[in-house]
Amino acid sequence: MDLENQKRVKALAEEYGNESIVVILGGADAEASGLIAETVIAGDPAFAGALTGVQLGLPAYHILEPEIKAEIDPKVYEENIAMMEMVLEVDDIISEVSSIRKQFLKT
Amino acid sequence: MLEGKNVIILGDRDGIPGQAIEKCLEGKDIKVIFSTTECYV
Repeated sequence: MDLENQKRVKALAEEYGNESIVVILGGADAEASGLIAETVIAGDPAFAGALTGVQLGLPAYHILEPEIKAEIDPKVYEENIAMMEMVLEVDDIISEVSSIRKQFLKT
Repeated sequence: MLEGKNVIILGDRDGIPGQAIEKCLEGKDIKVIFSTTECYV
């Protein structure tokens, strides 16, 4: 995850409170999306950015996950997301990001 | 699940950009506090 964005996310969590925040990802592949989810939940696994060792515990979902998709007007989703949904490995992305949540996110 | 939440959008230049995700959330009881499009890889 971009180092500047790690700083920004950390500052926003301090400003707004971790419990009030949900992170939505748009990653093109499962592995990278999983790494970003892990970063905002359990800290930077690359030990490079401001979130190294910082467990923000922010719930992170990919926009393609059913929990998020269900909350979006189907017409708007179709116009903005559906085309990419056709070319991305949706099942792999959903499986990876949800397993990262299960592994690291304390509920 | 999103209602009343502050949302951080981390879009991907090679996947779904932040702006597309923002459009999906327009008109909802959600505050987008940060939206960006980065290169994930």
